[in-house]
Amino acid sequence: MAEEKNTEVSVPELGKTAEERPKWDNKVQYLLTCIGFAVGLGNVWRFPYLCQTYGGGAFLIPYIIALIFEGIPLLHMELAIGQRLRQGSIGVWNSISPFLGGVGIGSLIVSFLVGLFYNTILAWVLWYFFHSFQDPLPWRDCPLNQNKTGYIEECAKSTPVNYFWYRETLNVTPNITDNGDLQWWMVICLASAWGIVYICFIRGIETIGKAVYVTATFPYLVLTIFLIRALTLPGATEGLVYLFTPKVQVLKDPKVWLDAATQIFFSLSLAFGGLIAFSSYNPQKNNCERDAVIVGVINSATSIYASIPIFAILGFKATSNYNDCLDGNILSITNAFNIGDQNVTRENYDSWLKHLNTTHSQELEDLHLKHCNLQEFLDQSASGTGLAFIVFTEAVIKMPGSQVWAVLFFVMLFSLGLSSMFGNLEGILTPLLDLHVVPKWLPKEAFTGLICLISFLFALIFTMGSGNYWLEIFNNYVGSLPLLIIAFFEIISVVYIYGIGRFSDDIEWMTGRRPNLYWQATWRVISPGMLLVVFLAYIVVQVQQPATYAAWNPNYINFPMTEALDYPGWVFAICILLSSVPCIFIPIVALYRFIQWIMRRVHQSQNRNPCENHAYEPELQ
Amino acid sequence: MLSRVLLALSLVPALALALCQPDGQDAYKVRLSIKTALGANAYEWNESEQFLFRATLAFAMRKYTGQETFNVSSVIVCDETPRVSFWFVVKNPNDTATLIPKNAVEEAIRLSRNRINSAFLLSDKTLQFLGIPPTLAPPSQPSLPVWLIVFGVVMGIVTTGILALIISGFIQRKKKEKTIEDEDEEEKQERIMENGISCETLEGKDGVNNGAYSHDEDRLTQL
Repeated sequence: MAEEKNTEVSVPELGKTAEERPKWDNKVQYLLTCIGFAVGLGNVWRFPYLCQTYGGGAFLIPYIIALIFEGIPLLHMELAIGQRLRQGSIGVWNSISPFLGGVGIGSLIVSFLVGLFYNTILAWVLWYFFHSFQDPLPWRDCPLNQNKTGYIEECAKSTPVNYFWYRETLNVTPNITDNGDLQWWMVICLASAWGIVYICFIRGIETIGKAVYVTATFPYLVLTIFLIRALTLPGATEGLVYLFTPKVQVLKDPKVWLDAATQIFFSLSLAFGGLIAFSSYNPQKNNCERDAVIVGVINSATSIYASIPIFAILGFKATSNYNDCLDGNILSITNAFNIGDQNVTRENYDSWLKHLNTTHSQELEDLHLKHCNLQEFLDQSASGTGLAFIVFTEAVIKMPGSQVWAVLFFVMLFSLGLSSMFGNLEGILTPLLDLHVVPKWLPKEAFTGLICLISFLFALIFTMGSGNYWLEIFNNYVGSLPLLIIAFFEIISVVYIYGIGRFSDDIEWMTGRRPNLYWQATWRVISPGMLLVVFLAYIVVQVQQPATYAAWNPNYINFPMTEALDYPGWVFAICILLSSVPCIFIPIVALYRFIQWIMRRVHQSQNRNPCENHAYEPELQ
Repeated sequence: MLSRVLLALSLVPALALALCQPDGQDAYKVRLSIKTALGANAYEWNESEQFLFRATLAFAMRKYTGQETFNVSSVIVCDETPRVSFWFVVKNPNDTATLIPKNAVEEAIRLSRNRINSAFLLSDKTLQFLGIPPTLAPPSQPSLPVWLIVFGVVMGIVTTGILALIISGFIQRKKKEKTIEDEDEEEKQERIMENGISCETLEGKDGVNNGAYSHDEDRLTQL
């Protein structure tokens, strides 16, 4: 049979548009989305705390080193691989090698689990936002008790801010085994948070790209406003000096370096699959190297920029508390010794104290004056939800025009978290779309709605009385170790399985420039090495710490201090499960593919040669 | 007679002082923080201000008991300090040797607390009656909590947005399908031919069975 030359048959497009990959409207959208994903709540409430704990300005040294040698190389790798292979996380790793599909599945699971609790935090932010329109702010005063003779005991013993957070917002139970009911107000806040997320996420990057113009830029506007306001508050300079005074000897502690490396890693939102998803919608000829450097630098710059107003305001709060403490003492002295009103001021307080000590030392002792130390108040820092919902809300009460500042602050937190949620959800949506799991008849809006609905239903766990404790568990165990493992496998796969030569060729094709020595060195050796060290150190630190959690128990002896309780056995088992389930898919999928491969080989050796052309089989005559 | 009257008169203030004792059973301590409350507009505490205080207190007693027999002289003040603080007692107008019991005084002050405060331009915190805690103002509870209103507004916007996006997406899809159908119709009419095969025959099929390469039963020549 003469082989006929087959000219290509062009088939006209079928009834619906072909599976054309959606794309960004312009480069700005893409960059803003990546920046929005990287810049999240952690930049505002974790970095300033680390900066303050680890010697102020000196912390910037390990932080920037970690950024240069770990953060930006990993970021560039993720953006480049997504852009080149044009698939979500599962597709990308499947393309590199079918044995690596588990890495993508791990990313998917982590994105889902993190999305659950992250949006719950946004629900809390919304709750506070809704309450910021009242005058006076509801966390300023304690509510009255039943017979209106005094304040509610729990509130009187702690502070109104603490009471509002633990009782009126969370309605927290004394321990994790006591589940409590679903708090209806939290459920509707969670529903509104997921509704807002859905409206931005409804058509994937088509709607996300429009939403990020607001959500990614608004926080910077608010931070600038806060910066200007905070610098005019009394005590702001004390806070800033305290924050930025470098204590270089802190750098000798290895824990500082570990925390800098982990902070950079988690801050850039690596290993979620979201960045791979975003860059997969790019045109292939795009300078991903420059994008990676831009996103990395802006993320760190935002952290540093955010810590300035935060610490100015915390300095103001510490000064206010210090002044209140002094005023309390002054009032006691004035009343006890019948000194004229306003004769004892903050300025001459010390001299009065010295004078009274010599003349009426016994009576002075009986007064039990509080020891007021500004340094102590400055040390009372917090990170995470404690910073936003307890410390900062207390500071806001003392600022004139509290409602405005509260509203601005919570809207800023919400947009910071919202733009990060986009990355989480794209990390779920894009791989599923690429796997063609979605039936053709299901419109995209319905699928994204389904994802949001399922996530909302799962997240109802966090609206129970013990929800806060579960959120801490998810935060500590899901959003940490699995990401390190996944990132390690990612970089090893790209460098050693895909091949660094092939990868460099791809990047040269995409950007026009071959990756230089810096990229080669960091990708091959430095970044995987750092990841391994961070991973091992993290495990060592975790094992050494007792598995306890801080419970809010009004009946605790040392109330209002939180009670340190151990995790019960079954809860601890769940913690281990949360850490291991995303990672376990890596070996499971590899094993599955290996078994498939073996089966195919066995099958082939039993079967006849597939190249055999039966038309030419000699007659068996 | 005159000397006795004089003696009695001189004893009265002494008796009065004896009635008013710090930590007395029916005595109350008052503490004023005028400079804290008024700052630059603070007035000097002098005898006249003291007179006003006693008059205000007499007014409070009158209002509470309904008896118009209370007078400035019924209120006795002692132990003044530069703080400004002092103790006072209220004499029974009918029997000047006895004092009005503590509870009654407390109730009277509670009733007219606002008036007493305003007379001195002070507040509950800056005009303290030690032992009489101020009644805490109940927080104003609007009929519908404010936060639910804000929540309603936000949810309304979100729901409208979602519906708008879903409906617009639906309309867009319908329009696209319609234009594609129109295009298909046009193309069908042109009957594009490629390679001798009409393209429409390729639609909807999994390919064309090329007989030359099919493994049929008659691949082996018949015997």
